[in-house]
Amino acid sequence: MGAIITLSILAILVLYLGLFKANKSLLPVSLAGLLGSGVLLLLDWNKAAEPLYSGMVLFDRYAIAFSVLCILITVLVLMLSKDYFDRISTNVAEYFALIIFSLTGAVLVTSFHNMAMLFIGIEIMSVALYILAGIRKKDFGSNEAALKYFLMGAFSTGFLLFGITLLYGASGSFDLAEIRQFVVDNPTGIPAMFYVGVLLLIVGMAFKVGAAPFHFWTPDVYDGAPILITIFMSTVVKAAAFAGFLRLFLYSFEPLQDFWVPVILIITIITLFVGNITALVQHSFKRMLAYSSISHAGYLLFGIVAIGSTSSGSVLLYATAYSLATVIAFGSLILVKRTTGSDDYESFNGLAKKNPRLALIITISMLSLAGIPLTAGFVGKFILFAGVLADYQVLLVVLAVINAAIAIYYYFRVIVAMYFKPTEREVVAYPINYQVVFVLAAILTLLIGVYPGLIISLI
Amino acid sequence: MDNLLILLLFPLVGALVLAFVKQSGPAKRLALLFSVIAFGLTIPFWSQFNPGAGMQFEQQFAWIPALGIDFHIGIDGISLPLVLLTNVLVPLIVLSSFSAEHKGGFYALVLAMQTGLLLVFTALDAFTFYVGWEVALIPIYFICALWGGEDRIRVNIKFFIYTFFGSLLMLIAIIYLYVQTPSGDFALASFYNLSLDNATQRWIFWAFFIAFAIKMPLFPFHTWQPDTYTTAPTAGTMLLAGIMLKMGIYGLIRWLIPVVPEGFAAYGWLAVLLGTIGVVYASLIAFRQNDFKRLIAYSSIAHVGLIAAAVFVWNVQSLQGAMIQMVNHGISVVGLFMLVDIISRRLGTRDMGKMGGIAKVAPALAIYFLIIVMGAIGLPITNGFVGEFLMLIGIYQYSIWYAAFGGLTIILGAVYMLRAYQKIMLGPLNEQTATFKALEWHETVVLCVVSGLIIIIGVYPQPLLNISEAAVTDLVQQIGSLTR
Repeated sequence: MGAIITLSILAILVLYLGLFKANKSLLPVSLAGLLGSGVLLLLDWNKAAEPLYSGMVLFDRYAIAFSVLCILITVLVLMLSKDYFDRISTNVAEYFALIIFSLTGAVLVTSFHNMAMLFIGIEIMSVALYILAGIRKKDFGSNEAALKYFLMGAFSTGFLLFGITLLYGASGSFDLAEIRQFVVDNPTGIPAMFYVGVLLLIVGMAFKVGAAPFHFWTPDVYDGAPILITIFMSTVVKAAAFAGFLRLFLYSFEPLQDFWVPVILIITIITLFVGNITALVQHSFKRMLAYSSISHAGYLLFGIVAIGSTSSGSVLLYATAYSLATVIAFGSLILVKRTTGSDDYESFNGLAKKNPRLALIITISMLSLAGIPLTAGFVGKFILFAGVLADYQVLLVVLAVINAAIAIYYYFRVIVAMYFKPTEREVVAYPINYQVVFVLAAILTLLIGVYPGLIISLI
Repeated sequence: MDNLLILLLFPLVGALVLAFVKQSGPAKRLALLFSVIAFGLTIPFWSQFNPGAGMQFEQQFAWIPALGIDFHIGIDGISLPLVLLTNVLVPLIVLSSFSAEHKGGFYALVLAMQTGLLLVFTALDAFTFYVGWEVALIPIYFICALWGGEDRIRVNIKFFIYTFFGSLLMLIAIIYLYVQTPSGDFALASFYNLSLDNATQRWIFWAFFIAFAIKMPLFPFHTWQPDTYTTAPTAGTMLLAGIMLKMGIYGLIRWLIPVVPEGFAAYGWLAVLLGTIGVVYASLIAFRQNDFKRLIAYSSIAHVGLIAAAVFVWNVQSLQGAMIQMVNHGISVVGLFMLVDIISRRLGTRDMGKMGGIAKVAPALAIYFLIIVMGAIGLPITNGFVGEFLMLIGIYQYSIWYAAFGGLTIILGAVYMLRAYQKIMLGPLNEQTATFKALEWHETVVLCVVSGLIIIIGVYPQPLLNISEAAVTDLVQQIGSLTR
């Protein structure tokens, strides 16, 4: 609770600092505020969670773990943002403020206990992002990204609202616990309206996480937005949206599994294939990562397909692994693009000779995304596969395995470009803030890969 | 010294040290030192090993308790020969690449792979086994792709994806088995104690079998192998053919057949058939090769086909034959690829048509070459004969026809190997071969050790056979032989 207040005040404070042109203090203040909110969240770790604000939010361990993940990744993103926004515009404070506002929305989405709060959280998270996606005012790609995201986002939020309304109509409440009570008390007498509401919620949430066939906004928005915003979108927003998606279904709709699991199963299979096959044919590294993020959404959906006591731990682990690797992947693209000006794989040619440490860290990130053992990405996939196989969905895992093999091809293209395509190029400038973030992310990836007990046992 | 974990981690420590060594001179010597010390550390395990006592030197640490995963390692009669093979071959492999003046990174990858290989051979927990399996794959990919020959990028991506797909299938089977265990863990013992229905055993058989068949490789999953072996650098090919393919055969004995005996009873005949087909098929293709390295690659498929057939026949003689032939094949293939390296580096080509008469200018090489070729063919007094003989006795008990076709490997092997020897070493000299440089010290050491082992094991194989006999007998009693 203190975290939400802190984050909101922090964002307003940052806006005021911008007003007074105190640009040098923006980053330290933001980081301090974020770390403070993280600490406030962790203080609640051992307390018995009670719904707050008339049952609107519930900061149980699930919410705290995912919120801390979002805050941690935002800290990494902001550390990368030094000198970044200065190149786009002189009004830098707006970026920080919008990112922190979006993060506030994300915390609400991970901790909601009332459907209205889910909607509010998603809207806060998204509206800030609509602006951030289009923040390069003179760039066509950025404008297209913002408009596409806004129009499709508004449309899908409509579905979300419609679904929430139908659920309210059927069960008489917005509260998660009361809806669960309604479902449990009426095993046979649930009106059709309720089921339709669940389906519409699936549509709305699937859009937010970028699952097929509601994924069409993802490549253009990720590609058009400035890379740092793309990092934020593809990590924090995806993690928070999945946390909200899982929370909703885990708390309220678990008894109705037989109804909605087949729907999500089909969405998962389509998502995996669409994401992987389209990523295969990309020439642009940025677009490849955008499409592959769709496939990672597919893997994360496994946690919801095999809903049960292990879902939250496995989704948390995979979201952490994927976020860390994505920060490195997109972050390295920022550095490489500064010297070559292009998003393509060719920008990475010969990187291993000139920047061997950077190339090694990018390799670790690609191996983690591909799911090679000893990295966090592998353990994430492993646990998700174990959860799904425990439900005997063997076909799904076989399809996932085929997709993982396909994914090797495009993740290894980067490694091949870096190590096996020697090209004359300049040394890429590797500033200290990037070094800190990348090394930290790489060490965490390997650490979690070897000792995942740190994360699994949390929730 | 009986701490298995130290034996496993020692090469990895060496790899971490070597990663920072830039000049090739110190890198070479340091790598040799580490690998020889690793070999030295293995000797106490052999001397203290008690063949009849089952699993020894076990160590178990909780790794991911939430999933029932332990880091569990141990050695028994099946794994000790392979651990010995690995630690004997790696110093030879390091020596073989001395001419290429590699920097520390190359040797770091070789030693890192050694740890992965040892992990596969000693793992008693399925997750540990899988991690070792994949960890061995990454260094070899980089070795082959960074220091390989032409077209190496495409060939190695194909190799990686093909092999990785197989291992992912194995992963599904492993996780499925874990879900079925009553204690919810990945231990080998729990997998052995499972009683699954026939339908489940069959698909689990296929999942594991395809993964191991791709690794060995077994016909028809062999298409990645000739290209990969040919474009890889010498050390890479030695690692692949000498040790890595044994991972597949070991997997059959340890993880496939005892876990799904019903699936084995249903489909084992198919594996014997594929192995035997592979023997003849690969030998015929080998005969048509002009590229010496490619010829040996195909001969490797032929030999491994026979070993796989012997494993699936699953009686004491055939399994003993397979066990010792794994060691023999590893040694002889390292010798063969060393010869390829020596000749191709001096002449700038691997085309046998351009060679001839080298025996006149390099008589010592001719002698080593002959011994190694005889070992590869399986002439009595060489180690190859011991393995082939035992395997054929075993296969004969299954079916005389398979034994006859399998025995063709000896005859066909003689054909293409002696043809290669004649083309390369005998006949008239030409301008290129007339200026054949003398052997360097490290090449002589490798050839000498390999030839020595070929003859010693050929004359006195009993110490090696003793290691695995009790374990093999136990396994055959546990799971009945395949009957026709």
